[in-house]
Amino acid sequence: MRYLPKSPADREALLKAIGARSIDDLFDSIPAEYRLNRDLKVPRQMAESEIVDWFRERSRENGDGYTTFLGAGAYYHYRPVIIDALISRGEFLTAYTPYQAEVSQGTLQSIFEFQTMICELTGMEVANASMYDGSTAATEAVMMATRLTGKHSVVIAQSVHPEYREVLATYAVHQDMPLTTVGYGQNGRVDQKKLEQAITPQTACVLIQSPNFFGTIEDVAAIADMAHKQGALLVVSISEALSLGIVEPPRQADIIAMEAQSFGVPLGFGGPYCGVIATREQYVRQMPGRLVGQTVDRNGKRGFVLTLATREQHIRREKATSNICTNQALVALMVNIFMTVYGKVGLRELAKQNLAKAAYATEQFGKHAKVLFQGAPRFNEFVVQTSEDPYAINGRILGHKIVGGLPLKKFYPELGNAALWCCTEMTNRTSIDTVTGMIAESESTPEADVEEVTR
Amino acid sequence: MSHTTPKATRHVNQNEGLIFEKSSAGKAAWKLPPLDVPEVDTKKLLGAAERKDLGNMPEVSEIEIIRHFTRLSTWNYAIDLGMYPLGSCTMKYNPRVNEVVSRLEGLANAHPYQPEKASQGALRILKLLSECLIEITGMEAITLQPAAGAHGELTGLLMVRAHHHSKGHPRKKILIPDSAHGTNPATAATVGYAVENLKSNSQGRVDVSALAAQMNEDVAALMLTNPNTLGVFEQEIHKIADIMHAKGGLLYMDGANMNALVGKVRPGDFGVDVMHLNLHKTFSTPHGGGGPGSGPVAVKKFLEPYLPTPVLITKADGTLGFDYDRPQSVGRVRSFYGNFGMFVRALAYTFANGPDGLRQTTEDAVLNANYIRKGLEGVYDLPYSTPSMHEVIFSDKLQAKKGVRTMDIAKRLIDYGFHPYTTAFPLIVPGALMIEPTESESKEEMDLFIDAMRSIAQEVEEDPQIALNAPHTTRVSRLDEVAAARKPVLRWKPQT
Amino acid sequence: MAYPSDFKYTKEHEWVKANGNSATIGITNYAQESLGDIVFVDLPKVGSEITAGKTLGSVESVKAVSDIYAPVTGSVTEVNGELATAPEKINKDAHSAWMIKVALKNPSELNSLLSAADYEKFVAEEGGH
Repeated sequence: MRYLPKSPADREALLKAIGARSIDDLFDSIPAEYRLNRDLKVPRQMAESEIVDWFRERSRENGDGYTTFLGAGAYYHYRPVIIDALISRGEFLTAYTPYQAEVSQGTLQSIFEFQTMICELTGMEVANASMYDGSTAATEAVMMATRLTGKHSVVIAQSVHPEYREVLATYAVHQDMPLTTVGYGQNGRVDQKKLEQAITPQTACVLIQSPNFFGTIEDVAAIADMAHKQGALLVVSISEALSLGIVEPPRQADIIAMEAQSFGVPLGFGGPYCGVIATREQYVRQMPGRLVGQTVDRNGKRGFVLTLATREQHIRREKATSNICTNQALVALMVNIFMTVYGKVGLRELAKQNLAKAAYATEQFGKHAKVLFQGAPRFNEFVVQTSEDPYAINGRILGHKIVGGLPLKKFYPELGNAALWCCTEMTNRTSIDTVTGMIAESESTPEADVEEVTR
Repeated sequence: MSHTTPKATRHVNQNEGLIFEKSSAGKAAWKLPPLDVPEVDTKKLLGAAERKDLGNMPEVSEIEIIRHFTRLSTWNYAIDLGMYPLGSCTMKYNPRVNEVVSRLEGLANAHPYQPEKASQGALRILKLLSECLIEITGMEAITLQPAAGAHGELTGLLMVRAHHHSKGHPRKKILIPDSAHGTNPATAATVGYAVENLKSNSQGRVDVSALAAQMNEDVAALMLTNPNTLGVFEQEIHKIADIMHAKGGLLYMDGANMNALVGKVRPGDFGVDVMHLNLHKTFSTPHGGGGPGSGPVAVKKFLEPYLPTPVLITKADGTLGFDYDRPQSVGRVRSFYGNFGMFVRALAYTFANGPDGLRQTTEDAVLNANYIRKGLEGVYDLPYSTPSMHEVIFSDKLQAKKGVRTMDIAKRLIDYGFHPYTTAFPLIVPGALMIEPTESESKEEMDLFIDAMRSIAQEVEEDPQIALNAPHTTRVSRLDEVAAARKPVLRWKPQT
Repeated sequence: MAYPSDFKYTKEHEWVKANGNSATIGITNYAQESLGDIVFVDLPKVGSEITAGKTLGSVESVKAVSDIYAPVTGSVTEVNGELATAPEKINKDAHSAWMIKVALKNPSELNSLLSAADYEKFVAEEGGH
């Protein structure tokens, strides 16, 4: 087997040194009744070329080369090629968690830079070295807020990503954490009147997302006031990290839980992605996840270490701030390189292009269908309501190798035939024109008999 | 240094500051194509929500970025450079074909919400990996959703709880051996269970009579690692499973040590009800400096209804899809379907091995650990004489007489060109040295390791200061962790 | 190491100095030695109640956290603010780096605590493992 660096002679020598007659001796401690006496029923061993061929077939069966208008928590942005060139280096790819700082300064310094840039972008004072994804980051941020305030009730906006809310509900059930969901208004933002009523002195935190699931930017300052008045914290979730290039970050938030996938992480059918938590310095001891700190060595030389480890599972065990151990380090490195490549000016320009593409698309869609949630600013996503079922529309455009917006019926049935569309710098005008052209046809003619595409 | 180290030497190494220290207005590493739609007036569109300033975000050129990260990378140890003897981490070779196939565009650029019709490739990967993992573990159903081992533990315990709840009594406690990894009790607490410690016997295994005494109808499950964190197989696993099951409790297995079992024995066959796997350990997906991982959870049929939503199914027309209609599901533990990129890699690893390769891998892993045990017996204290499987635990008892502890020996090992082994864990062995070579180590690399460890033991006898002040040859010497914790500096700030 | 004779001690290595109906609490020199360099101390707020035998807070070193157990029952009247910025004072002189002062609810609890001599004996036995 190619990955095993021992010859039959080596194995003999090792067995002899150990004093075992055969390898079976070393498995003696497994009771005979359980020992497997047959081959595992897995596919036969393949040559490397066969492995590549097999996956290439799967890639072809997977919408290879299609244009996408999907967003909804996962965004298609251009990935500068130096990201993979750098992260593929064995010293990054195959390195372990940096517990032994002297031989991990590469990983540690890059995480320190990551933490710094996340702070700059979010307006917060400290940031951790990544969580699994945006949904678990939001959930952990809410749990952090309950620990900080000593309170248990949580108020969530319905305009937060539905799957993030599902994850929170899964965790909350066993934490004695009553959840109240507040609906949205005509402008797509959380209903502020209802929100104010929902926040009580028992509320630990309010969770909103901005830009929210509909692409609309929330009035963070007003919501922060409402929450703080009742002694509750404000947790803001951000799923489209690129919005931070052109949209003011939620500086009034107490904790920000972000999904950084937009920054150089491939869509990859849903993972691995890169969650992050950023917060104020005074809350750092309740923050989950790894943290890298700056220090000096015995000769006064600057170096970096994992720090405040006493929050973590390997020390505090059942009293840990979280059970998280493995994080998303390699993916965070992709994010780090992306942020470094675009930097102060590039992130803004890139975000502006996204804004321009979405604005153009909204205008075109608006001529033939109804663009919902006017009256509040948006970033690169918007909701379109059509008379025809969006699943049918998508079925038609799929034939042109275009994947249409996400039909919202399953998450927001009250919106009827609505779909969430996203335009990034990767969306070209031709595709927008093609799609809006097809919608123009169907919105003006009676329903044709087209193949539905189920989600 | 009085001893020569054949594996490693000092080498000229580039210095590199923080990227912000190189930043200067006007430098750029990016260029966007021209806009094919009209420009927008951001102020008009966003109003007060418009961001004016990106603060201290850096501005640097592409070559500076390439040099920055390349230099940083040279300061890291990595599997590609040599052995990581880290117990319970299974630092095996990360095959490069895994990296190639995960980057195939149809897989890398697939949006999780794209129509099922256009996702049959990805769904087929999920299906085949699921089937392989079920076969390998001897279980009956599986979820690939959890993002890492600890996340898998959480998911598994949520299902345990759901099961007990359906029987009318969620129960109150989880039994956890004192040798367990820290994620186990942390996870139990997150799911709302109290943790009760289970003592190990003198051979480092579960004390079965203690288990029998502690097991009652308030105990939801026992969280077991097998082989345990001492690298020892729980031979009485049959009794252990029976004790749990007799009083309606479940047996949860932490699959971190599966590298000792794949192809030789299956947890499902010895009574495990629910377990998680670590794809970043047993299945070769890269550690990448701390993640990403993937922690699938495999269960017996009676737990299937509680699996996280959605569940992969084959539809009537033979195509694959997701079923969201799962009334008894514990819910979701993360968005989308799991760390798909890791599934591709784990499946590629399974293909590269086949049944023979998987078995041979396990045999080599156990062979290697025992070879190292033999080479260091007598030089380091062996707290348990029980046979080791894929990892071996020594203690620093002999060296402690000279004031040298496991962490010091570990730091000195760095000068010999190796990454340290796992120190100070498990908690039941004071001053532990936990060593797991994995199957990826050649006899040559192991001999260098054994020689290095023997040499260090000799040094400790002659001059303990060498180890106490180690490492001597790295870019940075021992770092002040106390200062880092007392006055944390967690980000760069511009000079004011 | 001399343990102040006017203090009382617990087997969890806390010391108590009583003064009528109030008491001052800290951790012993043995405790700080075992912990190593202390980086953070988590103490209760003024006004909160502590109960004998239950945890009142914790002490952290880089690699470990240790719970602090209340030797007596009462309400917290003062907290040593210096320890928030200079926890190393405990390492320097554990017997003068007091942590909290309490108004005792049940002063007779002090009678079941160890004297300096008994504590010293206890520590000698524990240290010999």
